[in-house]
Amino acid sequence: MLLMTAGALAVAPALPAVAAPRTHTVVIDKMKFGPSPEGVRVGDKVAWVNRDLFRHSATARNRAFDVDLPPGATGTAVMRTAGTVAYACRFHAAMTAEIVVSG
Amino acid sequence: MSKALLLAGVLIFAPLAPAMAQNAGPSDPQIAHIAYTAGQLDIEAAKQALQKSTNPEVRAFAETMERDHAAVNEQAIALVTRLHVTPEANPTSTSLTDAAAATRQRLAGLSGAAFDKAYVDNEVAYHRTVNEALRKTLIPDADNAELKSLLQTGLELFQQHQAHAEHLAHDFP
Repeated sequence: MLLMTAGALAVAPALPAVAAPRTHTVVIDKMKFGPSPEGVRVGDKVAWVNRDLFRHSATARNRAFDVDLPPGATGTAVMRTAGTVAYACRFHAAMTAEIVVSG
Repeated sequence: MSKALLLAGVLIFAPLAPAMAQNAGPSDPQIAHIAYTAGQLDIEAAKQALQKSTNPEVRAFAETMERDHAAVNEQAIALVTRLHVTPEANPTSTSLTDAAAATRQRLAGLSGAAFDKAYVDNEVAYHRTVNEALRKTLIPDADNAELKSLLQTGLELFQQHQAHAEHLAHDFP
C-alpha cells in the first residue's frame, strides 16, 4: 500500500502537463478508411466506426495497435507514441491509411 | 502462376459472356441469381480450402472469402425479400455452378502445396471473371437502384479479393 502511494506520487507531477485526452473518429465506409483526424496527440484515443457490411481491422504496421472491427462495430486504440503510424485492414490489404500523432 | 491454368480458368468461365449476349441483357431477378450464386460458389470453395489447406495465409484468405461473401449474400437475400423479387436461374448461373463443381472435383484430388496453388490460382481467375461480369454486364444492366448499389459494393469488395488472391499467387510460382 505504501509502495503504491509512493508510485502514485512519483507519477503525479507528470499529469498536469498533459492536455486532457481526446477521442478522434475515423469512419470506414465502402471499403475505405475515411479522412484521417488532425491534431492527434500522444494519449488521445482514435475510434474507428465500421459502417461496412464486412469485418475489418485497423492494424498498425509498427504493431502499435490492432483493432478488430466487426460489421457495424466501433473499436478504439490509444495513441501511445508520437510519429506517423501507417495502418491497414488485415483482411483487405488495399485499405490503408495513416495517423499523425504529435507529442 | 501458370498461364495455362489461368487460361483454363478463364475458358471455364467463358460461357458467362455469350449467355448474356444473346438477349438484351439479364433481368434483375437473373442478375440477383447470378450474383448470389457467384458468392455461394466462392463460399463453398473457401470451405473446401479450410478443410484441406494447412497454409496459414491460404486459410486466412479463405476465411475472409467465406465471411465477406456471406455478408454480401445476406444483404442480397434481405434486398430481394424486401423487393419481392424471386431470383431466377439462368444459363449464366448454371454454367458458373457447373464450372465450380468441376473445379471442386479437380481440387479434391490435390493436397499440400499443389492444392494451395490450384485454389489460389482459381480464386484469381474466378474473381477476375466475376468482376468483369459485374463491371460490364451486371451493374450496367441492373434496373433497381438498390440492387445496383449492392452490386457496386460487391465489386469494391471483390476487387480487393482479386488483389489479395493475386498477391498470394505470387507465393506459388
